Amino acid sequence: MSTRYFGAAVPRLEDPRLLTGRGTYVDDIVLPGMLHAVFLRSSVAHGRIRSLDPSAALSMPGIRAVYAMADFVSFGSGPMPTMAPHPLLKSPITCSPLAVDEVRYVGEAIAMVLADSRAEAEDALAAIELDIEHLPVVANARQGIADGAPRAHSGRDSNVIATLRGSHGNVDAVFAAAAHRFSETFEIHRGGCHAMECRGVVAAPEPRSGELSLWTSSQSPYMVRRHLATYLGRDEADIRVTAPDVGGGFGPKANVYPEEFAVALAALACGHPVKWIEDRQEHFLATTQQRDQFWSLEVACDAAGRMLGVRGRCIHDNGAYAPYGLILPATALASFPGPYALAAFDLSIDVVLTNLVPTTPVRGAGRPNAAFVLERLADTIARRLNLPREEVRRRSFVRAEQMPYVTGGKMRDGSPVAYDSGDYAKALSLVVDKIDAAGFEERRAEAATRGRLLGLGFASCVEDTGLGPFEGASVRVTPAGKVVVATGAASQGQGHATTLAQIAADALGVDLSQVTVKAADSRIFPLGISTIASRVAVTAGSSVEIAARKVRDKAIKVAAHILEAGEHDLEIENGQVRVVGVPDMNVPLSTIARVLSGSAGVPIPAGVEPDLAATGYFEANQLAFAYGSQACEVEIDPETGDTRITRYVVAHDCGRLINPLIVDGQIRGGVVHGIGNALFEHMRHDEAGQPLTATYADYLLPGAAEMPDIEIHHIETPSPRNPIGAKGAGEGGTIPAVACVISAIQDALGPAAPFITMHPVSPEQIVEWIDQTRK
Amino acid sequence: MSARKINLTVNGEAVEAEVEARLNLADFLRQAIGLTGTHVGCEHGVCGACTVIVDGRPARACLMLAVQADGAKVETVESLGTPESLSELQQAFRDRHALQCGFCTPGMLMTIEALLRVEGSPTREEIRDVLSGNLCRCTGYQAIVDAALDAAEARRGTR
Ligand code: FES
Ligand code: FES
Repeated sequence: MSTRYFGAAVPRLEDPRLLTGRGTYVDDIVLPGMLHAVFLRSSVAHGRIRSLDPSAALSMPGIRAVYAMADFVSFGSGPMPTMAPHPLLKSPITCSPLAVDEVRYVGEAIAMVLADSRAEAEDALAAIELDIEHLPVVANARQGIADGAPRAHSGRDSNVIATLRGSHGNVDAVFAAAAHRFSETFEIHRGGCHAMECRGVVAAPEPRSGELSLWTSSQSPYMVRRHLATYLGRDEADIRVTAPDVGGGFGPKANVYPEEFAVALAALACGHPVKWIEDRQEHFLATTQQRDQFWSLEVACDAAGRMLGVRGRCIHDNGAYAPYGLILPATALASFPGPYALAAFDLSIDVVLTNLVPTTPVRGAGRPNAAFVLERLADTIARRLNLPREEVRRRSFVRAEQMPYVTGGKMRDGSPVAYDSGDYAKALSLVVDKIDAAGFEERRAEAATRGRLLGLGFASCVEDTGLGPFEGASVRVTPAGKVVVATGAASQGQGHATTLAQIAADALGVDLSQVTVKAADSRIFPLGISTIASRVAVTAGSSVEIAARKVRDKAIKVAAHILEAGEHDLEIENGQVRVVGVPDMNVPLSTIARVLSGSAGVPIPAGVEPDLAATGYFEANQLAFAYGSQACEVEIDPETGDTRITRYVVAHDCGRLINPLIVDGQIRGGVVHGIGNALFEHMRHDEAGQPLTATYADYLLPGAAEMPDIEIHHIETPSPRNPIGAKGAGEGGTIPAVACVISAIQDALGPAAPFITMHPVSPEQIVEWIDQTRK
Repeated sequence: MSARKINLTVNGEAVEAEVEARLNLADFLRQAIGLTGTHVGCEHGVCGACTVIVDGRPARACLMLAVQADGAKVETVESLGTPESLSELQQAFRDRHALQCGFCTPGMLMTIEALLRVEGSPTREEIRDVLSGNLCRCTGYQAIVDAALDAAEARRGTR
């Protein structure tokens, strides 16, 4: 088989459309008779709805309906289903599409207004009379776990909904025998989604067929369909869900949202298509986030600084509900022991309800948290024992010759973790080398002459990618000789329409321009899971490979019949099947497709199924582990605390690269997301649970002017666990980035500064540390 | 609501419309005349997704009322190239992988387009500075800066 496209930096097939303003995002969909919905949301973090009077709103111009949950009883009722049930959660902790009695975070949807225009709907919101009794508020997880804390849900006897544990080895014995033990506490904050496109939904009932169509800005359109079907008591086949062009996902759009259900219910109730487009303020209030984790940890090491064991506990803010079950804390836990070969660890995570918007995975999903604490512990050892930070890591890493390496940890499903391949020390050496760590002290001295503090930081990570069970694909050659790939895997900018086409084009020997990828439309492909956990290249990519090979075999079989040649003498190239060495003896794929499309009364070759098409489902039951190291330099102005990242180097192994251009884009975007978490993004709430940072003036995203150029070096160790040798690349940039930046800031501040155990780090905070150091 | 009549040029074509005084230019372009290439990411003037060129200068269509565009010459992403024939800047975006989800892209393109008309040889730093009013969550910006530099070079070569 040729590999003309696999591995090549081909420009994306989706670009010409998106570059010329011809994308179709949810807000671009306009249907006849469509009404516009806006939500009345709770303005208090915890309260009981006493009454709701829509009468004044209903008499305003353009208003078609005001709905509360009670108006939907004939279509559906009760709390939302949970996306990921967990044995520790006895019953789902989810909200209703519209709140029924109690509201538990600022922004929880209570009612919706439908109008001819969005402006009119917004006008009417203010006219709805809502009476809410205030209830005591749990405004953060540490408060929530304290004795005598108020309850985030008034009916529950505890705010702790689960305690997750992960352990391996005899941790007490390891700690008792260790040469050194150090403890630290950490406060981690990750902020929100902030895809540039907010969420959006259009729902349209089809009066003739009774079907319901939904377009949603989602990473999980098939999950939306499944859960909505259950909720409405309908068959999945009667609901069509499509994710059109989606303007970024980053995790929170993988969640199935109350608004998706409410818009569908409203469309059924009013009989019109209904559109809801989230505005940015709603995004701050009602799109899930990843907020605080508080870790108390102890690390044990030998006299040479080799990490031996980690133990401790975490308090995790889960927000007001658990729509995604325990996936986020469980993923944080499953990310231990990272790249380190630990003799033992013992960790627990208390999952705490608060009266803040729910938390679900954001790019990295708990892995950046685990990487942050592990990397800070490595830096602690280096600092206390006066060793180079790289050396502590080198001594502690899982070594290449130990692969596959069983860590002793467990995956979220309880199965043992075994790293498949790689050379972690090599990745670290690469970044140490490329950033010229050897010449750093000279650069530091030069910066000092300018009154600037220069710091160098490192961090490493391992990432489980290619989460199962599957993401399927079908490949079909049309009678025109075009190849259509269909998959359930939704795209939010990752370029699947190109990478999946590259795989199919190689398998079928066709030009890339002949391949079209159609994705995330339940009418085009029957099943799909989610574009999460860096899984699509591995799962859908492998499925395309499997399906395309089946199509190829079928084409060769038919061509052998037409050309009266042996199958082994045939090859597929240039859109034709031809006899090896006799290119004139050939039959185009289009002809084979036409033969297999059938004509009345004309038999098709015996033993071949009609249609030059096949479906593939790669069984992704073993994870592929990507890994990498990062190094960066920061320059700090000690007077203002202004911190500039001046250099950034990444070494990353995501197995075989399908398209380096796209992988590099994923890594750069991922690193910048991590830099945002390290320096800028802070979702603040006051003690009443009121969000304080709900605009981009208050909540800072990383911008072009502050971001460095990022140098990337690939190590390509093919994963042995899938037919294309790929590992996921979507989150590897983000995972170690916070730890890397903080390590560099620490280095810049010098050995006398306090040890940094939190992020994001603001300029004020840096000035405070510098002042403390100078005292 | 009070409707006002406006006359403007959009992408070279004369447009006459009755608009409510409170309608912003982004909604006018997207909803009233169907030019959905202009995107809305924040509606408070920070993200830059809605950037269009008004009388030769970049402007945030979410911060401008349609009635303020009366008599103006407005250019949107739809005025650049076509899928079959991308402009140099669009081509550079494609070659450099300067877009992922594509949502910020129209605003990025119009901001850089306006820059390149007045500054034929911008530096990396100047481009990063000009882009500080456009947020992108996907790319990390580097490829966008590269694309702007490539486009500047291509334009210099062809002029
Ligand atoms: S939508 Fe206009 S600046 Fe964000
Ligand atoms: S490409 Fe997605 S926000 Fe810029």
